[in-house]
Amino acid sequence: MTGYIYPNEIELQWGLLIVLYPYITGLVAGAFILASLERVFNVREVQPTYRLALLTALAFLLVAPLPLLAHLGHPERSFEIFLTPNVRSAMAMFGFVYAWYLMVVLLLEIWFDYRHDLVQWSGREKGFMRLVHRVMTLGATDVSPRALKFDSSAGRIITIVGIPSAFLLHGYVGFIFGSVKANPWWSSVLIPVVFLFSAMVSGIAAVLLIYVVSSAIRRKPVDEACLGKLGSFLFYALTVDFSLEMLDFVHRLYTAEESIKILSALVTSRLFISLVLLQVLVGTVIPLVTLALASPAFERRPIVKLPAAVRRRIFVAAALLVEVGIFSTRWNVVIGGQLFSKSLRGLTVYKLQLYGLEGLWVAIGLLLLPLAILLVLIWLLPPWTGAASAAPEESTSASVATPC
Amino acid sequence: MDEPVTRDERDDLDRREFLQKCGVAAALAWVVNIARTEAEQRADYRAADHLYGMAIDPGKCIGCGRCMEACKAENDVPASSGTCRTWVERYVLTTDGQTIVQSLDESRATPPPVDEKKILRTFFVPKLCNQCANPPCVQVCPVGATFITPDGVVLVDKDYCIGCRYCIQACPYGARYLDPRTYTADKCTFCYHRITKGLVPACVEVCPAGARIFGELRGRNSPLARYLRFSKLQVLKPHLNTEPKVYYANLDGEVR
Repeated sequence: MTGYIYPNEIELQWGLLIVLYPYITGLVAGAFILASLERVFNVREVQPTYRLALLTALAFLLVAPLPLLAHLGHPERSFEIFLTPNVRSAMAMFGFVYAWYLMVVLLLEIWFDYRHDLVQWSGREKGFMRLVHRVMTLGATDVSPRALKFDSSAGRIITIVGIPSAFLLHGYVGFIFGSVKANPWWSSVLIPVVFLFSAMVSGIAAVLLIYVVSSAIRRKPVDEACLGKLGSFLFYALTVDFSLEMLDFVHRLYTAEESIKILSALVTSRLFISLVLLQVLVGTVIPLVTLALASPAFERRPIVKLPAAVRRRIFVAAALLVEVGIFSTRWNVVIGGQLFSKSLRGLTVYKLQLYGLEGLWVAIGLLLLPLAILLVLIWLLPPWTGAASAAPEESTSASVATPC
Repeated sequence: MDEPVTRDERDDLDRREFLQKCGVAAALAWVVNIARTEAEQRADYRAADHLYGMAIDPGKCIGCGRCMEACKAENDVPASSGTCRTWVERYVLTTDGQTIVQSLDESRATPPPVDEKKILRTFFVPKLCNQCANPPCVQVCPVGATFITPDGVVLVDKDYCIGCRYCIQACPYGARYLDPRTYTADKCTFCYHRITKGLVPACVEVCPAGARIFGELRGRNSPLARYLRFSKLQVLKPHLNTEPKVYYANLDGEVR
């Protein structure tokens, strides 16, 4: 502790679990927006990751409320948010935004997309899986061309509704922080927008990583065109994200309001490693430069031509660095915003626990849990069998169906 | 000889008995009366008829810290220094433009290493929940567990609070804390249990210097209204538009 902090500020109220919350919802929103590129904007190259992105979004979305629940002083009262929400509170809307996104957007879209396959699988399979897939069809076993066309257009409409919903989901998380006028580090109209673009960055990078790793495990070749496109989109999203963050930074420096002294002290001391080194240098500048050179972001061909294997490794490394960077971003917002006193006269410290509900091990568990859920989802709803067995047919039907 | 003594004794016993009975009856009447007046007061008390506020005169505060002790005792506040409903800050302004702020406990343990000749002025500032008319803590509470009473006091329903701590983040004055026993948010209540009985908050009651003035904000004849009429007033962080009902007289610009 340096300088003066109000007595009640000695303990940080929001710890590592609350860092996980925007990180995880960011992955959800980003993965969904990537999936919608194929569906709505007809970016055919990223088709191999479409279903994988949807399942990734679902796996992370299922885990998203857990860190919040674990952090509550009274998790058993959390249902009050649904029963008697304070409509003036930004946080009270969480349940509704979450339920809308899970029920109306993600589950419906996945169901419409998989329905044809579910009917086919339940016809072919035996035993447990047959039962599971049959239940999943919800009794809708009509696979006539008219029904399939309906599936396709319904999926498209849901995606169109889903894009603003994904924006809402994560922009809203940004608003929870950005609307706290008592805190000059958080209070910014730019925060929801910065959150959105950083969500896209982390979501695209996560799907890229999961795609490459799952292909390696399955011993299948990676679709190079798809990877190139993912790299390019990662570069675009990262550029916008970095520009917005720089705008926020320059604006703060230039206007130099009352809080500038303590925030400068915060950035140059407490947050130097997590902000300057990890977020900006490792998580943004290095991936930005490598992606600019190695991905086909500017022309159809990359600036530096590399063998496919090398390029793949560079993309994976860049995506990993990006994930570290975005996690640091969340850390710097959540923890950084509580490391200085609202008296603007002193800095405090965050002591990370190892054990306990708010400790490091629980946080690591909560980060691994979505990956375990994703494995189960992939087992239940293989995202590639359809693509592998009926790939040409599927993709053409999708591309024919989408324009109408 | 025996008889009168017996009579006397009997008389004496009767008198004693009588007095004892009188005492018991008086005590009973007193207890009943207290209970009755409390019940009556509760029944008669109409929150909407009142609007409470506090004025603080930092010039009068001597930094004795009795307000902090009284508050902890009166409201069963955990003893740790990280759970304060009220506290006192000590300011030391130096001739070279430095401002050193310490909490009272801190300044007692380790006074600031400032050359006495370089001290421009020093003063104490008592702090507490500002009982804002436009409270950010009430706005952000997701379940409505913190609310503003008709008589203008911001309270927390600890049986309803879910412990999300958003209100603690939203308070610009650092006036809230999480009670480590109940895992719910807590804060100064203006001693609501006292003021609704016509008493003043514990911190006001014990202040030997009269640095805290409590009372009705409405009307011209309350001590607070009179004080507000004759003082130059300031509230903390006015730019945040929280509209505090705790007013500071002749406040130094360094105080945040």
